[in-house]
Amino acid sequence: MTTATVSRWDRFRESFVWYSFKRDKVAIISFLVLLLMVLAAIFAPLLAPANPYDLAQINIMNSEMPPVGLDGADPAFPLGTDAQGRDLLSTILYGTRVSLMIGFGAVLLQAVLGILFGLMAGYLGGKVDAILMRIADVQLSFSTLMVAIIVGAVFKASFGNLMFGEIAIYMLIFIIGIAEWPQIARTVRASVLAEKKKEYVEAARVMGFGTRRIMFRHILPNTLSPIFVIATVQIANAIISEAALSFLGLGMPETQPSLGSLIKSGFDYIQSGSWWITLIPGLVLVVLVLVINLLGDWLRDVMNPRLYKG
Amino acid sequence: MLAFLVQRISQAFLVMFVISVIAFAIQDGLGDPLQQMVGMSVSEEEREALRDELGLNDPIVVQYLRFAGNALQGDLGNSYFYSKPTLEVIAEHLPATLELVIGASLIIVFLSVPIGVYAAIRPQAWLSKFFMGISTVGISIPVFLTAIVLIQLFSIGVTVNWFPSDTGWGQWFNDFFSTDGGMPSYGRGGDLVHLFGTWESGLFTSEGLAHLVLPCVSLASIMLPLFIRLIRAEMMEVLQSDYIRYARAKGLSAGRINFLHALKNTMLPVITVGGVQIGIMVAYTILTETVFQWPGLGLMFLEAITRSDIPLIVAYLMVVGLIFVVTNTVVDLVYGLVNPTVKLTGKKA
Amino acid sequence: MALLEVKDLDVRFAVRGGDLTALRGISFSLDKGERLGLVGESGAGKSVAAFSILNLIAMPGYIAGGQILYKGRDLAAMSERELRKIRGNRIAMIFQDPMMTLNPVLTIGTQMVEAIQAHRKISRKDARAIALDRLQKVQIPSPGKRLDQYPHELSGGMRQRVIIAIALLLDPEIIIADEPTTALDVTIQAEIMDLLLDLCEQENVALMLITHDLGVVSQVTQRMLVMYSGRIIEQGPTREIINDAQHPYTQGLINALPQMGEPGQRLFQIPGSMPSLKNVPTGCPFHPRCSFATDQCTRMMPEYVRSGNVDVACYEVANLIEQERRMQEAES
Repeated sequence: MTTATVSRWDRFRESFVWYSFKRDKVAIISFLVLLLMVLAAIFAPLLAPANPYDLAQINIMNSEMPPVGLDGADPAFPLGTDAQGRDLLSTILYGTRVSLMIGFGAVLLQAVLGILFGLMAGYLGGKVDAILMRIADVQLSFSTLMVAIIVGAVFKASFGNLMFGEIAIYMLIFIIGIAEWPQIARTVRASVLAEKKKEYVEAARVMGFGTRRIMFRHILPNTLSPIFVIATVQIANAIISEAALSFLGLGMPETQPSLGSLIKSGFDYIQSGSWWITLIPGLVLVVLVLVINLLGDWLRDVMNPRLYKG
Repeated sequence: MLAFLVQRISQAFLVMFVISVIAFAIQDGLGDPLQQMVGMSVSEEEREALRDELGLNDPIVVQYLRFAGNALQGDLGNSYFYSKPTLEVIAEHLPATLELVIGASLIIVFLSVPIGVYAAIRPQAWLSKFFMGISTVGISIPVFLTAIVLIQLFSIGVTVNWFPSDTGWGQWFNDFFSTDGGMPSYGRGGDLVHLFGTWESGLFTSEGLAHLVLPCVSLASIMLPLFIRLIRAEMMEVLQSDYIRYARAKGLSAGRINFLHALKNTMLPVITVGGVQIGIMVAYTILTETVFQWPGLGLMFLEAITRSDIPLIVAYLMVVGLIFVVTNTVVDLVYGLVNPTVKLTGKKA
Repeated sequence: MALLEVKDLDVRFAVRGGDLTALRGISFSLDKGERLGLVGESGAGKSVAAFSILNLIAMPGYIAGGQILYKGRDLAAMSERELRKIRGNRIAMIFQDPMMTLNPVLTIGTQMVEAIQAHRKISRKDARAIALDRLQKVQIPSPGKRLDQYPHELSGGMRQRVIIAIALLLDPEIIIADEPTTALDVTIQAEIMDLLLDLCEQENVALMLITHDLGVVSQVTQRMLVMYSGRIIEQGPTREIINDAQHPYTQGLINALPQMGEPGQRLFQIPGSMPSLKNVPTGCPFHPRCSFATDQCTRMMPEYVRSGNVDVACYEVANLIEQERRMQEAES
């Protein structure tokens, strides 16, 4: 067991990916920032000065305090407080946690759907391919955001506000996963079509392996690198989609805020001068999405065989 | 060409059919017209009689056919909230959204083409790298956040006092980083010009135009980076092609090569993707209009959701679906007209 | 003075981790109205040589040294602006694949007229008249109709005719043709090649013909160059080389021709394949495949020696010549 992990680690260290990572400052910094944010989100309950879900800790008298460095700031609230008097640093830590959970969860769902449908479309071809890709085309031409908003609206209307609030995390993962599967499915299908022509697939078929075995054991492993690249970018997209839905009031409720719902609740107070309630969570959201996008760009450059073949 | 036309148009009808089925399913699943028409006091028998009368007990296919038939005649039911035909409500809100989309599209076209082409011709120039960097950041900023930042900067204004204001240079820097604010950030303004029908336009008065600026810029901000990247990528690929090298071998000027030979080939795929993206912008108007309280379709749709105005939601879906399908089809057809190679496949088919 | 004289041309490709040498010390000349063949396997650097003459090598490639003298003026040192006046005007090119060479979204007429107008102050109407004349010269069916057609409406053979017509538009002195018939159907290859040769002879244009087809070169050129791994290894009058090739590689190429084999026997094949630019062997680049290779061949690149009218870069040939000279000395 240990020997296997060691050799795998060695193989990684000798790989092209690791080599170009070491040489790319942007990739290193992005990765470190992302790591820091993920860790902060995971350990939010330990790091946050207050628990924003605990109503007993909130004092309305502390509302709309500015961040440290501005007049009227209280050092107990380093990033200030929101309109309900919650510590902004704590809500942001918890909010990042919610946003990341939804982002990763939605991409996981997308990946499952996308890989399944993409493999089916690419490998089986014919009618299955035509129908699945037509659905994907229509969904994409409608824009994933539109689909998510519609599905979100329908869910909200059928579940009612309260019920929707309680299961919002799962709903959002579901909505965004459903809305964005075509992206991954298309990528998988394209790589499957490229792989299908290769001899090893023919060989596997001649050897009498079943369709499912050929699809999952032979073709899928060879399509993983484009899936990996697109999944990275999709996490960024999912986080933005979640923020957009929450901003429209179709996402996380204010009692359990994500970064998007923090921005939404702060927006109502921007005209009264309390810019920090909306802009600081906004900045955190942008940094989070930006570093993921930068890592995605870098991955695409590294893994695109057309680029490094010269 | 004719085969191509028929194929695209029948495809459009198919998609519209699917959309109508989805819209009908939503109406059927969520909207209970009885709830809206009569109160709680009506007895169960009376309800049942009413259901029969409204045809709600008919087989689902019959109900769908009635729905589709009415839709084709321009009847998508009445809005609960506005108590008038939903299409009328939509017609009132459509011009505001169209003006927003037109303004944003103009910004996108006039900025993305020169920037994308420049970044492709001079990929190593610092200005290109700057634009590409900005566009990566731009992709990472959600449209509603751009809108909020714009409001903070140009509507509310920012006073900076990072530098000592008692010195001349300090004051200069403070002023440099401060913004005045004062740009309108709410609605379309009062000074609209009536064009025709339900079209009240903000394009012809300074007040109307001023109200358009921030919403259009923020709506454009989401697509602009995508277009810059797309145009740059396409153009760089075209510049690698044999016919560009051949054009150089003929001794043509760099200008003619870049702006005729390369650009024309670049714009063909960009038109297709671009047209679809303009359609997709309609989705983003929901966000922009929410931030700026812009009285267009997006805001109307969001309000319909909070008010559970099912007929209006359904009508919005149908209309927006139609907009998407029409833009996609028109884009395909235009592409077929502009691209000489498509004609041939059309003829052959 | 030769019309075109290339001296010690070096071309490199700037890639990650240092430069790759694509052409090394290329020297040759081309006289007025002459027909020169350039042969070699794919990857030998034939196309790079062709494109570097007008400095058209694609981006990571650049001319690292040497001169390209056209009527005594160095094209390698010329500004892009000056060079443009020569491209297509005095020196024209014909590319390999007519499917990829013409711009798909512009009509044939546009692409011909612009070539004329890039070099001459002339009205569109007059330019179209010249274009029509050249299309007639290349014997394209219904030439008038072609001007308003798009490339995809023409067959491959017709497109290559159009490209020959474009090459002739401004009465150039040199045409560089890079495998002009390789991409075409076998049935029309000879037709197009004959057309090109006839027109060059008629108009007294010097032709530099790049090809891997030794058969064509032996039939139509007066002099030829043999390239291997970015180097000219043998050059001289075509007849002399074909009849009595000196370099083992050239001998191998000639023996591999189908007409050299006996009926019913297997064709001769040079063992191995040409090295890629990334790992060119030391010394003579051909030595790993050469049956005459000695220790000497692995160490240093051989200099050119003259045998008859042919220049050869080979130690074996040099040694033979030396032996012969000694024997003659001993006799006398």
